[in-house]
Amino acid sequence: MKTLLRRHEAYVLLIIIVVSIIITAVNPSFFSLENLFDLLKSMSLMGVFAIGMLFVLISGGIDLSFTAIATVSGYAVALALLRYGDSLNIFVIFLLAGAIGILLGAFNAAIIYFFRIPSIITTIATSNVFYGILTVLSEGKWLYGFPTWFGDFANIRLFTLYSPAGNPYGLSIVTVIWLALVLLAWFILRYTVLGRSIYAMGGSPSSAERAGFNLLRLNLFVYAFIGLMAGFGSVIQALLVQTVAPNSLVGKEMDVIAAVVLGGASLAGGTGSIMGTVLGVALITLLGNGLTLMHVPSQWYDVVIGLVILVSVGVSAYRMRKNIQRRVITETA
Amino acid sequence: MLRRFSHLFVLFAVMLVVVIILWSLTGTDFMNLGNLQSMAYQMPELGILSLAMMITMLTAGINLSIIATANLAGIVMALILTNESMLASLGDVGTMMVAIIAGLIVAGLVGILNGFLISRLDMSPILATLGTSILLGGVSIVLTQGYVISGFSPVMLSVGSGRVLGVPVPLIIFLAAAGVMGLILNNTPLGTRIYLIGSNPVATFFSGVNNRSVLMRTYIISGILSGVAAVVMISRFNSAKADYGESYLLLTVLASVLGGVSAAGGFGRVSGLVLSLVILQMISSGLNLMGVSNFLTLALWGVVLIVVMVIKYVIENKVQLRRRAA
Repeated sequence: MKTLLRRHEAYVLLIIIVVSIIITAVNPSFFSLENLFDLLKSMSLMGVFAIGMLFVLISGGIDLSFTAIATVSGYAVALALLRYGDSLNIFVIFLLAGAIGILLGAFNAAIIYFFRIPSIITTIATSNVFYGILTVLSEGKWLYGFPTWFGDFANIRLFTLYSPAGNPYGLSIVTVIWLALVLLAWFILRYTVLGRSIYAMGGSPSSAERAGFNLLRLNLFVYAFIGLMAGFGSVIQALLVQTVAPNSLVGKEMDVIAAVVLGGASLAGGTGSIMGTVLGVALITLLGNGLTLMHVPSQWYDVVIGLVILVSVGVSAYRMRKNIQRRVITETA
Repeated sequence: MLRRFSHLFVLFAVMLVVVIILWSLTGTDFMNLGNLQSMAYQMPELGILSLAMMITMLTAGINLSIIATANLAGIVMALILTNESMLASLGDVGTMMVAIIAGLIVAGLVGILNGFLISRLDMSPILATLGTSILLGGVSIVLTQGYVISGFSPVMLSVGSGRVLGVPVPLIIFLAAAGVMGLILNNTPLGTRIYLIGSNPVATFFSGVNNRSVLMRTYIISGILSGVAAVVMISRFNSAKADYGESYLLLTVLASVLGGVSAAGGFGRVSGLVLSLVILQMISSGLNLMGVSNFLTLALWGVVLIVVMVIKYVIENKVQLRRRAA
């Protein structure tokens, strides 16, 4: 199983390399340190969401409401910034957004666990509840004009280089936050009992329960965790564009799920790795960036993304089936 | 026998309660002829899309691409309908026929694509239809450049707004679709197999059913129904666009579940779905008459969906407990 996973990530890496070569052939400016840091920065938002989605998929569920959760927490953050502006700092902001995310995520988990409602139906429903109520209360207004410290924080770079044209660039603080969360997630999944029990629950919930795992606690953790990531993501989105709009994130959930699945997670649960997820996010972002650099009209973006998802997920599903068939044949023979 | 109809009975009771509540809240507005007619025009789109969703849910699948399919089919039809040279050579009626057939073929092809991904490649229905939904959305945007295509011939518009013997044409189309679907599910081997696969795919396979071909046909039917919905949709709006009706997705799931379709597959009948659609339409018209915001209505649908699922869970658990006790 381990070698299969490793092989899957190798495939994704290979596709990334091939895509990079094609893009560079068309537009050499792709292959520069400046564009690399740019890419890393634009990956961060989807990357943070994807970490949460990975946990949910491993646990055998799915969450289509995280963009609605992020919209709610983003709006709360923006209101707080506008009202209390200078008396706040970035930690309070992350704390506030994270708390709202955890709360809404736990709400999802409670419904899913106590009433055995499939996670996809629950989260389609709650996403409409969260989003609908927010839109009514906010009247669809955009929020902007945040304090200067909030804008300054977004521009922090770990180190600064200068392009030949004199533009400064470097490793953005946003990327650093993402990578820190990636490390945290990697540690949880790999080295903690909690992480291993999520895999166990995804592999077979009934066996996990009989083996003594507390499914309620695991469900609560997983959906609260994606809520937390949604909250953090909303802050990152606010940092990046310095505007909060009720409709800017809704609709992005498909891209995130696609990235995580490209990285080798299965909707059946029990499989998936943080490394694969990072690669999946990289591939999706790379495609978007590459299409722009190759001057492909933006209308084609969804066509390409859709094709990539269908082909790559289709191929891996097909391979998986062949594997199972082979195993069945050898075991029965 | 009694158990089979108990859900229908509950639905019917709910419907009466809803009518009484709305009638008293909105006064005479609710039951006047104008409102009833506008409901009869609005329900069919959602109804046909819900049929498309329902048949996949019966096999324990789901089709998240119905809206994208309907939009793409609608755009293809709109492109043909507004084609000057086509109109000149074939006339209004001829062009409409060609457009509708082309749209249904496109919708059927999408069904084949979904069916292929799900039955041949063993992709999970959620992923496969999510993927096709993104792809189709992209194709629709490329075809329209993001614009609205509008201005159809009066013949085409009469499909959406006309009446035969006082009955709105969309309602006739919906009832026909529901009738055909009921026939397929109840009176053909395919229907029985669809229910069987939803209950237990492995047992079905070992009793000699070709699961793949059943799934393939399920998704083709689902695709074609989305195409039929597109006909009603574009003729009612007099236009086609890449992102019409996105909020319908939740509603189709809601209508199916409320109508007694089990999300785990295997259970649910067309009659239940029709009743649940009538209830939903009445609530939505009632809220509209009371001036409630669309977004609040959307939130309310979410709440209703969860409440319905919770009630079902409680009832089913009770039944099981009682059986165990006996």
